[in-house]
Amino acid sequence: MHESPDKLKSPEQELRIFRVRSLVAALVVIALTALLMGRLVYLQVVQHEVYSTRSENNRVRVEPLPPTRGLIYDRNGVLLAENRPTYNLTLVRERADNLPATLELLETLLALSADEAKAFRARVSQPQRPFEPALLMSDLNEQQIARLAINRHRLPGVEVEAQLLRYYPDAPMLVHALGYVGRINTDELKSLDAGRYAGTHFIGKTGVERFYEDALHGQSGLRQVETNARGRVLSELGRTNPVPGKDITLTLDKELQSLAFDLLDGRRGAIVAMAPATGEILAMVSVPGYDSNQFVTGIDVGSYRELQHDLDLPLFNRAIRGQYPPGSTIKPFLAMAGLAEGSITPEKTIHDPGYFQLPNDSRRYRNWLRWGHGRVDLERSIAVSNNTYYYTLAHELGIDRLHDRMRDFGFGQRVGHDIFGESNALMPSREWKRDRFGQSWYPGETLSVGIGQGYWQVTPLQLATATSVLANRGEWVKPRIASRIGDEDVPVELADTPPDLELANEAWWDRVFAGMEKVVSGSEGTARRTGVGLEYRMGGKSGTAQVFSLGQDQRYEADELAERLRDHALFIAFAPLDDPQIAVSVIVENAGGGSTHAAHLARAMTDAWLLDEDEQPDAEEVREILESDDGNVAGN
Amino acid sequence: MIDLSHRLRGHPVRPPASGIARRRSFWERLHLDPWLLGMLLLLMLAGLVVLYSASGQYLQVPIAQGVRFGVALTVMLVLAQFSPATFQRWAFPAYLAGLLMLVAVELIGDMGMGAQRWLVIPGLIRFQPSELMKLAMPMMVASYLCRRELPPRVRDLAVCALLIGMPVVLIAKQPDLGTSLLVATAGVFVVLLAGLTWRFIAGLSLLATAALPLLWMNLHNYQRQRVLTFLDPNSDPLGSGWNIIQSTTAIGSGGLMGKGWLQGTQSQLEFLPERHTDFIVAVLGEEFGLVGMLAFLVLYLMIVIRGIVLAGGAKNTFGRLLAGSIILTFFIYVFVNVGMVSGILPVVGVPLPLVSFGGTSSVTLMAGFGILMAIHTHRRLLPR
Repeated sequence: MHESPDKLKSPEQELRIFRVRSLVAALVVIALTALLMGRLVYLQVVQHEVYSTRSENNRVRVEPLPPTRGLIYDRNGVLLAENRPTYNLTLVRERADNLPATLELLETLLALSADEAKAFRARVSQPQRPFEPALLMSDLNEQQIARLAINRHRLPGVEVEAQLLRYYPDAPMLVHALGYVGRINTDELKSLDAGRYAGTHFIGKTGVERFYEDALHGQSGLRQVETNARGRVLSELGRTNPVPGKDITLTLDKELQSLAFDLLDGRRGAIVAMAPATGEILAMVSVPGYDSNQFVTGIDVGSYRELQHDLDLPLFNRAIRGQYPPGSTIKPFLAMAGLAEGSITPEKTIHDPGYFQLPNDSRRYRNWLRWGHGRVDLERSIAVSNNTYYYTLAHELGIDRLHDRMRDFGFGQRVGHDIFGESNALMPSREWKRDRFGQSWYPGETLSVGIGQGYWQVTPLQLATATSVLANRGEWVKPRIASRIGDEDVPVELADTPPDLELANEAWWDRVFAGMEKVVSGSEGTARRTGVGLEYRMGGKSGTAQVFSLGQDQRYEADELAERLRDHALFIAFAPLDDPQIAVSVIVENAGGGSTHAAHLARAMTDAWLLDEDEQPDAEEVREILESDDGNVAGN
Repeated sequence: MIDLSHRLRGHPVRPPASGIARRRSFWERLHLDPWLLGMLLLLMLAGLVVLYSASGQYLQVPIAQGVRFGVALTVMLVLAQFSPATFQRWAFPAYLAGLLMLVAVELIGDMGMGAQRWLVIPGLIRFQPSELMKLAMPMMVASYLCRRELPPRVRDLAVCALLIGMPVVLIAKQPDLGTSLLVATAGVFVVLLAGLTWRFIAGLSLLATAALPLLWMNLHNYQRQRVLTFLDPNSDPLGSGWNIIQSTTAIGSGGLMGKGWLQGTQSQLEFLPERHTDFIVAVLGEEFGLVGMLAFLVLYLMIVIRGIVLAGGAKNTFGRLLAGSIILTFFIYVFVNVGMVSGILPVVGVPLPLVSFGGTSSVTLMAGFGILMAIHTHRRLLPR
């Protein structure tokens, strides 16, 4: 301030007051600092002995109590993921009186082989923070535990720790649906709440284990223990109990899942089965699977490399990440699009000479039957899987409307409610092609999309979802895998469910269904062999997809080549026709021989879900039928 | 010799010869006080060494702290460039903004660590308005009092009480007892330095004692527990007495010379809660012993004395009051923190300045030192 607003203000007096006050303040500061110093002298010199003893001898330590991870059940209460007690050997080097002697004794007691002993020594010499227990061996057997217990007094610093390890009883067939837990890595550590995860070494990596990590994990607790100078626990003084993770009940049916896995055994492919009314996933397999239990204990480099370089890609979850050209399976959906847009009516027919030609273009887009199906209406177009009908329809719709209508069925987007790591796959559009290739869209490409080829790619989960929406006459359901978390049911109505599909004429759904029923039950149906002896009404649609190579960068054996170039077989189905209980999508990679293979598997799935126990299909029998059927090409 | 004594008293020194003049003008052009800055840098470096050990030897923690120090030093340098008149002009807007944001926190604040302290500006920052208040409070009270006749009269004191009371109550409600204490202290120091009569101080102390039961009734349960624990830590050795028993054991077992860097068994092995934040003194005491503790305390003391000297040399009352309050509040951090960890004060969440891990408090502290240096280095530009 340049001038004082108050006439009585006297800068000199103010300065004098301040000088006195700041001098007093300085003295007080010095006095208080002296007080602190005095306290420290008292603690560190006078009482040093007391505290030193307290610190050295009887220590009170806080130990984290990791929570028990929630269990995972199938829809009938069958346990799919449990926690198995295991025993690990740990050593605090600083507490061992004579480290070499201790190690030698341990090796004798555990009866280690030369190789094991070498690995054992390597783990001891790994850098470790002081006083932190080093894990020397996991999963001790009972004999080893007993020997260690007897010799405990000779082994200062050595502890046998009990730990619950995740265990998946039926790992290979469930791994892609359940996922697995593994050791928490450095990246995950950074983003974790340290308190919540104190003492927990595992975290969900994929699948249900990952998606529901928060619920399954729970909350760590603490216990305060008194230990002796060697860090051995003498007594427990108090504890905060951990909050155990919540158990989760899945919508999966283990029986159906198991059947799906067996049906695909020895092949590569995926099956997804859903309840159309609710979106509940009844089965979701990707074959081959692998034993996820190895990932829990920590897989060795050799085995991991083997899995990673396996030509069959067992680590790859085909059900939600596999991207396949849908082939003719999408014809019913295109038919719905055509009806909705007014491009076709159920009665409208075309004449199929065996090919389609764009105006002013000499190129012929061929039907799979070279000489053509003649006059074709909507129902027949589905039943015989006529290409010309859908070239015509796709051309009339144009790619923009086609793209929008197919997105309404969930293609090109993630559809799952609680599915981790799902792929969008690809629903091509004009914009997409411009962004991706910087090129404009060609009319011929629309024709390819019209028969489920070209750029269009779908996941088995998307196909099953679209089939469910179709079976529901347009009512959308999101696929979901958990029905109950802890004490709470997952609500039936899910937020952000896409809007239902509507048609001007409700009866049109029936016309499309009729076409789909003819696929399996009609005299011309592409999967008529599959429909033999059917005890309920079923709608289906076959499809074959020309091979795209899953792993272009993979080495391959010469004799495997032919097999891996064969077409993929696809099939979608729902049943019973008038009250759908199950919707299935099946993809068998390189099955060859048209779509028969996939159709039989789909039928086995619907049979298993709808028929009584004594009529249950057997994977073995289905395979035999397939053998005898091989070579009978069953249309597109 | 004469020059030096003048400088220590904070009087303006005219450059007598060209050779020395260049060196002086370098610091003056930066508007920094080399003595104070040197001691602060020494403190930061020593703090990082302790922090490395306290963080369980994770190098990321001291590195992160170093980055924050970089930010804090930049803030200090920038603030040191403004003239005290600017701070006086900014006092009211800053105070008002802080107060409004505290109200906003009360209404829409984000819960962090169980207390409502953060104001989130989406996409920008998470911000603690109480930190702004630590500086805005002494600025406001000083700018109010420097216009009044001093020592202040009852009416002025009532205004000051209101100015101090509103934000302090809001912060205490979050609940953040430590910060509300520091903000209150910052305001009260201005009033004390302005010349509150001793009679008044005595009367207020009496009144405060009488109001203790009232305060007790308004404390949160955990706060009451802390006071009880302080009175008798062994009453609840596994609950809230835990920290104190562990930290005094750590300090006491350090002895004269300490157990050596990274060698503290209590700190490295046992569960010493918040050992890299509020309880870092326990690590210091255990690993560096009494010698290390005294070295730190002497360094803090020298910083405070230097600060008081600089405050005394300010060109006007506003500068003096503000600078004095800033440096004394800094000391309160030290005293409350060391006092609580060594068991002579109840546990209040106050960090050890520039040693405890924490970005916000480091930046606020260094901002304070920036203002202090601005007040010191701008004193010759205008007549007193």
